[in-house]
Amino acid sequence: MRREGSALNGLGVVILKELSDHLTSVRMRVLEWLVVLCSIVALYLAIEQVKDTTAEDPFLLLRLFTRAREGIPITFVLLLSLLVPVVAIGLGFDAVNSEHNRRTLSRVLAQPIYRDALLFGKFIAGLFTISISLVALWLLVIGWGLFRLGVPPGAEETARAFIFLLVTIAYAGVWLALAMLFSIVFRSAATAALVTFGIWLFLTFLWPAALAQMVAAIIAPPDPGYAALGLPTPETVEWGQILSRLSPSTLFNEVAFVLLNPDDVSARALGPIYLAQLQGAARGALPLGQSLVIAWPDIVGLVAGTIVLFTIGYMVFQRQEVRA
Amino acid sequence: MSDTVIEAKNLTKRYGSATVVKGISFSVARGEIFGLLGPNGAGKTTTILMLLGLSDISDGMARVLDHDPVREPLAVKRRVGYLPDEVGFYDNLTAGENLRYIARLIGISREERQEKIVASLAHVGLADVIHRRVGTFSRGMRQRLGLAEILMKDAQVAILDEPTSGLDPQVTVELLDIIRDLKRRGVSVLISSHLLARVQSVCDRVALFNEGKIVLIGTVPELGRQVLGGGFRVEVEAEGQELEAHLAKVPGVQRVESVGPNRLLLLAQRDVRPEAAAAVVGAGGRLLRLAVEEPSLEAIYQRYFHEHPHEGERHAA
Repeated sequence: MRREGSALNGLGVVILKELSDHLTSVRMRVLEWLVVLCSIVALYLAIEQVKDTTAEDPFLLLRLFTRAREGIPITFVLLLSLLVPVVAIGLGFDAVNSEHNRRTLSRVLAQPIYRDALLFGKFIAGLFTISISLVALWLLVIGWGLFRLGVPPGAEETARAFIFLLVTIAYAGVWLALAMLFSIVFRSAATAALVTFGIWLFLTFLWPAALAQMVAAIIAPPDPGYAALGLPTPETVEWGQILSRLSPSTLFNEVAFVLLNPDDVSARALGPIYLAQLQGAARGALPLGQSLVIAWPDIVGLVAGTIVLFTIGYMVFQRQEVRA
Repeated sequence: MSDTVIEAKNLTKRYGSATVVKGISFSVARGEIFGLLGPNGAGKTTTILMLLGLSDISDGMARVLDHDPVREPLAVKRRVGYLPDEVGFYDNLTAGENLRYIARLIGISREERQEKIVASLAHVGLADVIHRRVGTFSRGMRQRLGLAEILMKDAQVAILDEPTSGLDPQVTVELLDIIRDLKRRGVSVLISSHLLARVQSVCDRVALFNEGKIVLIGTVPELGRQVLGGGFRVEVEAEGQELEAHLAKVPGVQRVESVGPNRLLLLAQRDVRPEAAAAVVGAGGRLLRLAVEEPSLEAIYQRYFHEHPHEGERHAA
C-alpha cells in the first residue's frame, strides 16, 4: 500500500521553525556559553604550552586541539568529546515528548504533512544548530591560534582540522539521535533526559575504561603464558578494543587522535602495535590520506550509529499513538 | 462530488486484545453539524483519529471527502480542520506566529498568509491579541485560536473534539456561536462531546456512543420519539371547563397530567403547541401560558441505558 504525496512535505517549514526555536532558546544560550568558556580555557592552556616551540613544530594548528599543559590534562579534544554530547542531549531530550506534553502534536500532524517530516525536521534542525556552534567555535580556534601564535596553518593541517570538525558533527549526531529516541520512547522529558545522560555516562566513562576490558577477559581469557611474562594477552587486548568501540566516545577519541597527531607513531594503526611493526617504519608524519584510511572505520561507525538510532526512533514514532 | 462528506462503515479499532471502537457506521452530510456524544472513553476520539488518518484502522472503512484517510492522509488533512481535545499551542510564540507556522505547513502562499491570519483571528474575536504569547491565553482563547486555525485553513470539514469541555457557560455560548457560523459558511462539522446538554443545541443529528458502539443515531426529536416514546413536554396554563379531556383528544398527545391549579402537562410525540392552543380555545377556555420542553439528550441517554442495562456488560464479558 503506497502513501500518497511526499514524506518530506513541510520538512523545510519544520526545520525553520525548530531552528528558530533552538537559536532563540535560553537553553541554547547557556549551552553555547558553556562550550565557549570551556574552550577558551583549553585553548589558553594549549597555547601556553606550544608557544615556545612554534618555530620547529610543523603541526602547530593541530597542537591547539591536542596539547595539554603539563599537570593539567585538559585538551580541546577532550572538552569537545564531553561537551558535544551534553549539548546534543540538551537539544534533543524533549524533541518529541514536549510536543505530546504541550498537546501540539495532534494539531500539527492534522496538517497535510507526514510524521516523517516532523521527525526529520527536528533532527536536521538540531544537528544544524550544533553545527553552527561548532563551525563558529572552530573558526574562533583557528583565528585565535593565528593571532596568538602568528604562524599560518598549512593546507594539510587545515584539511585535517576541517575533517575533524565534520567528525565532531557526526559525533554530535549520534547523541542527538539517542536523545531523540528517548524523547520518543518516554513521555516525560525528565525521564528521557536522565536516561540519556545515564547512557552517556556509562558509555563514556564506565564502559571503555573498565567494563569493556572485563567483558573482554571473559570472552578471551588471558593466556597464562603471557601473564607469566607480565604481558597482556593480545587477543584479550583486541577484544577489549573492539568492545570499547561500542561507545561513540571511544570512536571519536580514536578518530581525533589519528587525525590530529599525524607525526605520532602510535597513530599509525588503531589497536595494539607491536614493537616489531615499528622497526623499520618510515620516519616522519603520515599523509592525510593514510590517516583517513586508518580512521575510516571509526568514522563510518559514528555515522552508522546515528542512522541506526534515528531509524529505531523513527520506527517507534511511526507506531506511536498520537493521543496523549 | 457527493453530498456525504464523512462516511464510516463498520469502523473498528483494536489495541491488542481490547477493541475500543466496535464496528461503527455513520455518515455526515454536507453542511451538517453532526454530534458524536457519549461518556469519556467511549471511543469518540479514537474514531476521530481514524477519520483523520492519524490512527490505523483495524477493520472497516472510512471515507472523508471521497478520500481514504489511510491511503491519502494528506488529501484528507488538507481539507479537514481539526481541533483536538485540550488543544495545545506553542506557548513561547504569539497567536499570530502559531497560526503562521500552521499556515506554512498547509502551504498557504506568502501573499495570502498574513491576510488570512488576521481575518481568521478577527472572526473569532482574537484580533487584538495577535501579538500576545499564547502562554498567557485562557482556555477559551485557546479554543477560539484553534477555531481560527480551521477558518484560516478554509476547511470543508471541521472536526472538533470536546470543544466546550472546561469552559464557563458564557464562553461556551460564544464558542457554539462560532460553530454555528462555520455551518453558515458551508462547513460540515463533526463535534464530539460528553456534555450532552451543551452541544445538543447546535447538532443537526447526533450519534450516541457507548463502549465503542453507536447505540442511537438520528435527530434529537427522532431519538426522543424512539426512546422516550415522544419526549415533548408541553405545559399548558389555562382556565376553563374539562380542558383535560379536550386536550387528551389532540392527536399526538399521549398523556395529560394535572400539575397544579389551571396547569396541565401534556406528554406528546411532537411539539403540539398549536393544536393544544386550538383545543383550549375551542373548548371556550382562556389560554394563559403555553410552553414546550424539547426532549433532552440527557433524558434520552439515561432512559436508554436504564432500559438496556446489559448492553455494556455483555461486551465487557
